[in-house]
Amino acid sequence: MRVMAQMSMVMNLDKCIGCHTCSVTCKQAWTNRSGTEYIWFNNVETRPGQGYPRGYEDQEKWKGGWELSASGRLKPKAGGRLTKLLQLFSNPKLPGIEDYYEPWTYEYDKLLNAPAQQQNIPTAPPKSLITGERTQIQWSGNWDDDLGGTYLHKDKDPMLKGIEDKVQFEFDQTFMFYLPRICEHCLNPTCVASCPSGAIYKREEDGIVLVDQDGCRGWRMCITGCPYKKIYFNHRTGKAEKCTFCYPRIEQGEPTVCAETCVGRLRYIGLVLYDADRVTEAASTRDEKELYRAQRDIILDPHDPEVIAGAKASGIPHDWLLAAQKSPTYKLIKDYEVALPLHPEYRTMPMVWYIPPLSPVVDVVRDTGYDAEDAENLFAAIDALRIPVEYLANLFTAGDVPTVERVLYRMAAMRSYMRDINLGNAPREGIANAVGMDGETMQEMYRLLAIAKYEDRYVIPVGHHESAHDLESTGTDCPLNAPGGPGMGMSLPEESLGMAGPGYATKRQQTTPDRPEGVRINLLNWDGRGRPDGLFPEPATGGA
Amino acid sequence: MNDTSTLDLLLWVVLPYMVLAVFVLGHVWRFRADRFGWTTRSSQIYESKLLSIGSPMFHFGIIGIFFGHVVGLGIPKSWTRFLGISDHVYHLMAVTVGLAAAVACVGGLMILLYRRRTNTRVFGATTVGDKIMYLLLTLVITFGVLATLVHTTIGDYDYREGVSIWFRQFWTLQPSTELMSQAPIFFQLHVLSALLLFAAWPFTRLVHVFAAPVGYLTRPYIVYRSKDPRRESERRGWEKVDF
Ligand code: HEM
Ligand code: SF4
Ligand code: SF4
Repeated sequence: MRVMAQMSMVMNLDKCIGCHTCSVTCKQAWTNRSGTEYIWFNNVETRPGQGYPRGYEDQEKWKGGWELSASGRLKPKAGGRLTKLLQLFSNPKLPGIEDYYEPWTYEYDKLLNAPAQQQNIPTAPPKSLITGERTQIQWSGNWDDDLGGTYLHKDKDPMLKGIEDKVQFEFDQTFMFYLPRICEHCLNPTCVASCPSGAIYKREEDGIVLVDQDGCRGWRMCITGCPYKKIYFNHRTGKAEKCTFCYPRIEQGEPTVCAETCVGRLRYIGLVLYDADRVTEAASTRDEKELYRAQRDIILDPHDPEVIAGAKASGIPHDWLLAAQKSPTYKLIKDYEVALPLHPEYRTMPMVWYIPPLSPVVDVVRDTGYDAEDAENLFAAIDALRIPVEYLANLFTAGDVPTVERVLYRMAAMRSYMRDINLGNAPREGIANAVGMDGETMQEMYRLLAIAKYEDRYVIPVGHHESAHDLESTGTDCPLNAPGGPGMGMSLPEESLGMAGPGYATKRQQTTPDRPEGVRINLLNWDGRGRPDGLFPEPATGGA
Repeated sequence: MNDTSTLDLLLWVVLPYMVLAVFVLGHVWRFRADRFGWTTRSSQIYESKLLSIGSPMFHFGIIGIFFGHVVGLGIPKSWTRFLGISDHVYHLMAVTVGLAAAVACVGGLMILLYRRRTNTRVFGATTVGDKIMYLLLTLVITFGVLATLVHTTIGDYDYREGVSIWFRQFWTLQPSTELMSQAPIFFQLHVLSALLLFAAWPFTRLVHVFAAPVGYLTRPYIVYRSKDPRRESERRGWEKVDF
């Protein structure tokens, strides 16, 4: 077991009102530069719909993510290392700007500089931000917002494959919800695996996936590799850019911009611990429908003494462990089992999880005149409403309907259970038991989902710059610096490992050991100036 | 030796060593000052169809030609003869392999140039550096093709007795000017334009050649890095990027 820490997010889709505040604030913070006009680290898609970039979920076309070879080994779907190198000169699976949209602005000058006595009303025609020429706006990041335009393209939502015949696109009778998306900061990221330069990396400390801008050489293989199309190509700098999980904020213990500004307060951020040794095994699970469970299972219980010991062994600071124990995302994923990963079948082990929306079901029940807060009615509706449930299963469980149903039952049960309490009636334990929970857990879950305060939604331990050295110890520490080894004099007392106490940052300066006299000599520790301690006998005073 | 003119000395001795210095130091400088700008500046997102034909053609062609030059310039006649390869066989090989590579390279270059000029998105992203690079690249390739056609295919100049020897002398630091000053005109122009291209090289997108990611073949798929306390310098790209 190798315990690693991962920043993760859960979004409760029932609460998303599709306001795009998250997208806009993210853009203001990160991608308001030239070359990044079309880049939305955070975007909000209306589903059913094609998403952004158009139809990105069709991996038969785009070849993102991993696939299992005949022998059961994981391989990037777009090809292994040699294939990638041979395709460097032209990447056969790269989305073009037309798959996103051609960014534009308006000729505002035309309005400002219009002569005072002009006969016609001045206009500000759109012009392309890429060519500078006038353009016709034909598509954008959320063109099919609120199902606008979806009717024209109804068959193009890759998630409707297999159920399209059942879906009659009479929208007032079917369903609609919003899906906000950021980079998934996957445990097994294909973007990282696809980068020939090794410029994309997963941070050891918190699992955030970043692009080293000085290391990126513009081979643009990561864009194909990421099945979520969350790596973008900055067309001015020729470099890949991606969602950073707002790492400068996270390091200060603050939530990402998208979460901080979310109007629906539907985002949760917290740490999860996982077993890094089992990631490949879990991602290689043969049956796609088992991938969700495999992914959930490698997330470790932060209260388990063995895990705590493992976390200590791999240098996870104590306050981080405490944060993992209080993590709201852990609770939603593991305790209540209501959060599901987006497209586990891509085998990247995504770490942004979603609580599927119950609202399409509630709406139908209410519209038909039944009591939409009655558990029985809702359960029956979940069973009856095949289309939304199958659609959600295509998104969140590789098509495994019972899992999605189980989550929706829990959400429905919570709704019904809490109504009794709100109305001052005795809560009915039976409702909770029917979905495998007890009343107390149900109330806890309700508090987290409905009324949790800022500090309960975001449990983010501050980063430890000073511990970076410990975590990369294999690379920078003296290999002889093991108990009993010749360099052991350099080790600090074990308790101080990973602690952020005052003075800890001075560890580097302390490495000159207080060695018992004449015992060991450490040339590796010698700064090259003067005589190495203890190597030569003390010079006789005054002589040479 | 006595009829060496100053111009010959400048062109075939002084200039080449200056270019070598610029090439090496230029790359060192660029790597230190502008690692951010060290990229292919791919334009595929703007246009994919033509690129998918032109770019592989050009690249495989030019890489073939590069190895052709290594053999043709680097290996003396006596060595190939020693290996039992007659001059005739050698010539036949050079012409067939060379022709294939040259056709791919020139064809690819034409497609790439056409694409650069006609696609408004790609043209809009073309920098001055790109234009100079393309001009020099086209000159080098054109003169190279002309030299081969005019002087060795139609004419009977044997570059392995001339230019190649000068090239090896250059690396052993004793270049003689006669071999170049007596070489046919297109060979002279080919070499001169190549020298200019090499001088411009470190300051154009051609640096991407020295980023060829061969290490990828042996690297594990997933890369982990620890938070790096190193401070990054404020200096920015060669092609200034405005934020
Ligand atoms: C050593 C291996 C090389 C690799 C891996 C490589 C890779 C690439 C890549 C990825 C591009 C960007 C294509 C795009 O727009 O998406 C490119 C462009 C280019 N390369 Fe190379 N290259 C190599 C060698 C060379 C050499 C030897 C030359 C010429 C001396 C060269 C000349 C060019 C030119 C002129 C372009 C611009 C094409 C255009 O967009 O108009 N490359 N190369
Ligand atoms: S979602 Fe993020 S981490 Fe996962 S493959 Fe895509 S860019 Fe990489
Ligand atoms: S800010 Fe929140 S509610 Fe608004 S679109 Fe984004 S995720 Fe949904």
